Amino acid sequence: MTKQYETVIGLEVHVELATKTKIFCGCSTAFGGAPNTHTCPVCTGMPGSLPVLNKQVVEYALAVGLATNCGINQYCKFDRKNYFYPDNPQNYQISQLYLPICHDGWVEIETAAGTKKIGIHEIHMEEDAGKLIHDEWEDCSLVDYNRSGVPLIEIVSEPDMRSADEVIAYLEKLRLIIQYLGASDCKLQEGSMRADVNLSVREVGAAQFGTRTEMKNLNSFKAIARAIEGERKRQIELLEEGKKVIQETRRWDDNKESSHAMRSKEDAQDYRYFPDPDLTPVVISDEWLQAVRDRQPELRTEKLARYQAEFQLPRYDAEILTGSKHLADIFEATVALCGRPKEVSNWLMVEAMRLLKEKEQDPEDLSFSPENLAKLIGLVEKNTINRTVAKTVFEEIFANDVDPENYVAEKGLAMVNDEGALRQAVEEVIAANPQSVEDYKNGKQKAMGFLVGQTMRAMKGKADPAKVNQIVRELLAEV
Amino acid sequence: MSDILEMTAVQLGGKIKNREVGVAEATKAALGQIRAAEPVVHAYVTVDEAGALKRAEEIQKQIDAGELTGPLAGVPVAIKDNMCTEGMLTTCSSKILYNFVPTYTAEAVLNLEKAGAVILGKTNMDEFAMGSTTETSAFGVTRNPWNPDHVPGGSSGGSCAAVAANECFYALGSDTGGSIRQPSSFCGVTGIKPTYGTVSRYGLIAYGSSLDQIGPIAKDVTDCAAILETIASHDRKDSTSIPRDDCDFTSALKDDVKGMRIGIPRDYLGEGLDGEVKAAILAAAKVLEEKGAVVEEFDLSLVEYAIPAYYVIASAEASSNLSRFDGVKYGLRAKEYEGLHNMYKRSRSEGFGPEVKRRIMLGSFVLSSGYYDAYYLKALRTKALIKKAFDRAFEKYDVILGPASPSTAPKLGESLSDPLKMYLGDIYTISVNLAGLPGMTVPCGRDLKGLPIGLQLIGDCFKEKNIIRAGYAFEQSRTYESPEIAKKAQADGVAADIAGITPDIAAGNGAGSAAENTGKEAR
Repeated sequence: MTKQYETVIGLEVHVELATKTKIFCGCSTAFGGAPNTHTCPVCTGMPGSLPVLNKQVVEYALAVGLATNCGINQYCKFDRKNYFYPDNPQNYQISQLYLPICHDGWVEIETAAGTKKIGIHEIHMEEDAGKLIHDEWEDCSLVDYNRSGVPLIEIVSEPDMRSADEVIAYLEKLRLIIQYLGASDCKLQEGSMRADVNLSVREVGAAQFGTRTEMKNLNSFKAIARAIEGERKRQIELLEEGKKVIQETRRWDDNKESSHAMRSKEDAQDYRYFPDPDLTPVVISDEWLQAVRDRQPELRTEKLARYQAEFQLPRYDAEILTGSKHLADIFEATVALCGRPKEVSNWLMVEAMRLLKEKEQDPEDLSFSPENLAKLIGLVEKNTINRTVAKTVFEEIFANDVDPENYVAEKGLAMVNDEGALRQAVEEVIAANPQSVEDYKNGKQKAMGFLVGQTMRAMKGKADPAKVNQIVRELLAEV
Repeated sequence: MSDILEMTAVQLGGKIKNREVGVAEATKAALGQIRAAEPVVHAYVTVDEAGALKRAEEIQKQIDAGELTGPLAGVPVAIKDNMCTEGMLTTCSSKILYNFVPTYTAEAVLNLEKAGAVILGKTNMDEFAMGSTTETSAFGVTRNPWNPDHVPGGSSGGSCAAVAANECFYALGSDTGGSIRQPSSFCGVTGIKPTYGTVSRYGLIAYGSSLDQIGPIAKDVTDCAAILETIASHDRKDSTSIPRDDCDFTSALKDDVKGMRIGIPRDYLGEGLDGEVKAAILAAAKVLEEKGAVVEEFDLSLVEYAIPAYYVIASAEASSNLSRFDGVKYGLRAKEYEGLHNMYKRSRSEGFGPEVKRRIMLGSFVLSSGYYDAYYLKALRTKALIKKAFDRAFEKYDVILGPASPSTAPKLGESLSDPLKMYLGDIYTISVNLAGLPGMTVPCGRDLKGLPIGLQLIGDCFKEKNIIRAGYAFEQSRTYESPEIAKKAQADGVAADIAGITPDIAAGNGAGSAAENTGKEAR
C-alpha cells in the first residue's frame, strides 16, 4: 500500500426506550411473553385501528436530545415509511423523516489525541417491527408481533469518526448518557441498542468523502470494531486494485469475520415517505420542554466531578463507579447507609468487578442490595470478621444477596477474640512445630509467619491476624 | 307493518319507548322488507337475521327495565361495510377481505350499540369506498330504489339505498369525498358528513385518513341530528378526534332561518350542472329566502382545483392504508405462489378490483421520490388554499348552499367506462372534505325521470347546527317521498312470513350470496 487512507465513519444508533407500553398502543413492552400475547389491533395492523402517541416516548427523546446538545423541533411530525415485509404488520413503519424531534447536537469523546466533538445530525422517534421466526422443519415462517410497536429512537451521527476506537468511545458515551437518563438499558447483546455503521475511506487530505457502505447486524462492541477493520481493509483493497466501492448495505457475519452485500443503492427501495395522517403533529410547548429540562438527572460527567469533590475519591475510582449508572446507584445508596465512601468504592471496584469478570457479567447485572454491602462493611469495621472472611461473605452477597449478619452468625464466622482460646491455639501450634521454633530461634523470621499461618488455619480464619501475631511473638519469647 | 316501515328512526324510537311497537316487531318488519327488496336493490353485503332478532329481544328487555331510554333505543340500523363489527363479516366490499371478521367494533358503532341500536347487517359500497356509484363493489352492484336501472351513488350506496327502500330505519355511511352526500342525493334521503374529528374513525377501515368521516343517513334532518348526537364522541383511540361540548345537534331542529346568511357559490351553478338540478336548488334557496334567510350568490374560487388535489391526497393515503392487505395476516391469500413477494403480488392482484388498483398506483406514484413535491406537497398546499377560501366565505355566510352532484343518478355502467367523468361528478362535495367542513344533503325534488335531487348545505367547522337548522327549516316545506319498492314488503306478504320466525330458526342466514361465492372460490 503506497497511499495513506483515512477512514470516515458515521453511525445510526437505534435505542429501544424503557417505556412500559408501546409507542402507539397500550400493549406491554416486556420481554419474553409467549408469541403474540403483547398485541392488540393497533400493533398487529388490524384494519380500522389507529395509533395514539405515547407521551413518555416524546419525553425520553427530548431528554436524550437535551443531553446531547441537540436543537429541539417543538413542532415535529410522524411520517410513514412504506415497505412490504411481514414483520411490519401495516406494511409501513411510523417514523420521522421531514421534521425529527431533535437535530444538530454533539457529544464529546476522549481520544488519544484529546477531546473530540462528534456531531449528531438528528434523533427521531419510530416504532420497532415484529420478529420473524423461520421454521425450517415445517418450511414456513411465523411472525411474533410482541416487539411490533416497541418505541425506538434513532440517533444519526455526522460522519465525524475516524477509527473503531472513536466509534466505541462514541457508543460508550451515548450508552452512558441514555442509561443515566433512564431512557433505555442500552444492551447491545439483547438488541436494546443497535448500531449501523456507515463507512468510507479516502486518501488523506482528500476534500471529498469516498463512497460509503452501510454495515448491519453488529451486536457487540467487539463485532463493531472487527467489522470496521474488515470493511476498511476491503474498501482500501478495492481502491488499490483500481476498482470502485459500491454504495450498498452489507451484513456483517461476526463468526466468519466478513461481510456480504445485502442490497445496493440501485435496488434501494423508494419508501414513499409522507406525513402520517392518523397522527397529529407533536407540539412541544416551552413549558413542557422546560419541565423535561428541569427533570434531567445528574449525568456522568457531573457525577464524575462530584464523586471526586464530595467523596474525595481518586479519579480512577470515580471513573469506574460512574462507568455504569447502576454501579453508581449502588455506590451512592451504600454510602448513604454506612458512609466510608472509599471503603465502599474498594468493595465495588475490586471485589465486585472481579466477580463480574469471572462470571462474564456487566455492572448492570449486579443484583445485591446496598443494605447488605453496608452491613458487611460495618462487620469489618467492628472487627466482627476479618477481611479474609469478609471476602468470602461478599461472594455470598454478590451471588445470593444474603444478609451478612445472619450469614456470619449461622456459619460461625465471627472472629474469636477470647485471649485464652487464642493462646491455647498458639501453644498447640508451637508444641506441634518444634522445628519452626528452632528455626525462629536461629533467626529465621519466616518461621514466625508459618506459625501465625498455622494458628489462623487452626482457628479456621476466624481470628484477628494482628492479635495472633502478637501472641505468637510473646510465646516464642518464652520458649 | 308498512306503517312501521314508513316511520323515521326517531318516530319509531318514540313508539318503542311508549310500548306501541316492540323492538322485535320493528326488526322483523325491516328484515321482511330486506327479504322482499334485496333481490332488486342488493343494498346489503351481509344480513344478520339471527343476530338482529336476538339483539332485539335483549334490547327490549333493557328498555322494559328502564335501562335504555334514548331516542334510538331499539331502532334497527344498517352499517356500511367498512366499519368493523366484532364477530360480523366486514369486507369493504372487497374480495381481499371476503372472509374478514373483526375482533373489535368501531367506536361509532359501539356508540350506537350503547344507545340500543339493533344492527341488521352491513351495506354494500364501492370497494374500499373508492367510487361514486357502488359499482366497484366486488359483491355486485346496488341498484337505485327509485329506478333499478340507475346507480344509487356511492360509495355509501348500499346505506342510502337501504334507507330509501325502507330496508332499515337509518344507516351509517362514511364520506371521504362525498360518499354520504352524493348517494343521499341520488336516493332521496338525508345524510350528514360532520366536521372532521367529530365522529371517531377508530374501526373505520381507512381510505383517505385525513378526509374520512362517518356520518348518519336517514329519512329526515331530525333523524340525522339525533343519530349524529349519538355517534359523536371524543375518542382517545383516535388522535384526530376532537373534544367538543356542542354536540347537542337536536337543539338546532328549529323552523327558523330568519336573518340566516346563505351564500350560493356562483362556481357551483356554471357549466356542467344539469338544468333540472339547478332549478331545484335555486327553488330550495327561494324557500329559505321566503322564510327569512338572506340569500346571495358569491364567488368561492378554486373549485376546479379541488378534484386534482383530492385525488392526489386521497390516493396517496390509500396507497399506504391499503398496503396492510397483503395475504399475511387475514383476508385473501392467493392459492398458488412462489415465495413471499410473489404471494404479495398475487394476493393483491386477485384481491383488489380495478378502481382500487388504479388509486393505489396513482397514490404510489405521487409519493414516489422525485414526484412528492410536485404532486403531494402541491396538493396539500392547494388543500390549505381551499380551506382559506371557505374561511373567507364563512366570514360572510352562515351556510353555503348548492347542489350535491351535477346531475341525478346515472344509469348503471355509464360512469365506470369513464373514470375521469366519475371523478368530475364529485366536484361539489370534495372541497368540503378537503376543508374538513360539515356538509349535509337534503332531498329537494325530483327530475323528469323521477330521480331524486339533493340540496347540499355546507357549514363552517363545528357549525353543524347551522346546516341542521337550515335543512330542518327547508324540510318543513315538503313531505318525504319513498320509492315504490319501499312499500314492496306489504304487497308481497313477506313481512308476515318473517314475523313468524324466531332467532333460532333464522340462524345461519348470514353473509350475502356474493360474499359466500367469492369465499369458496378464493379458498
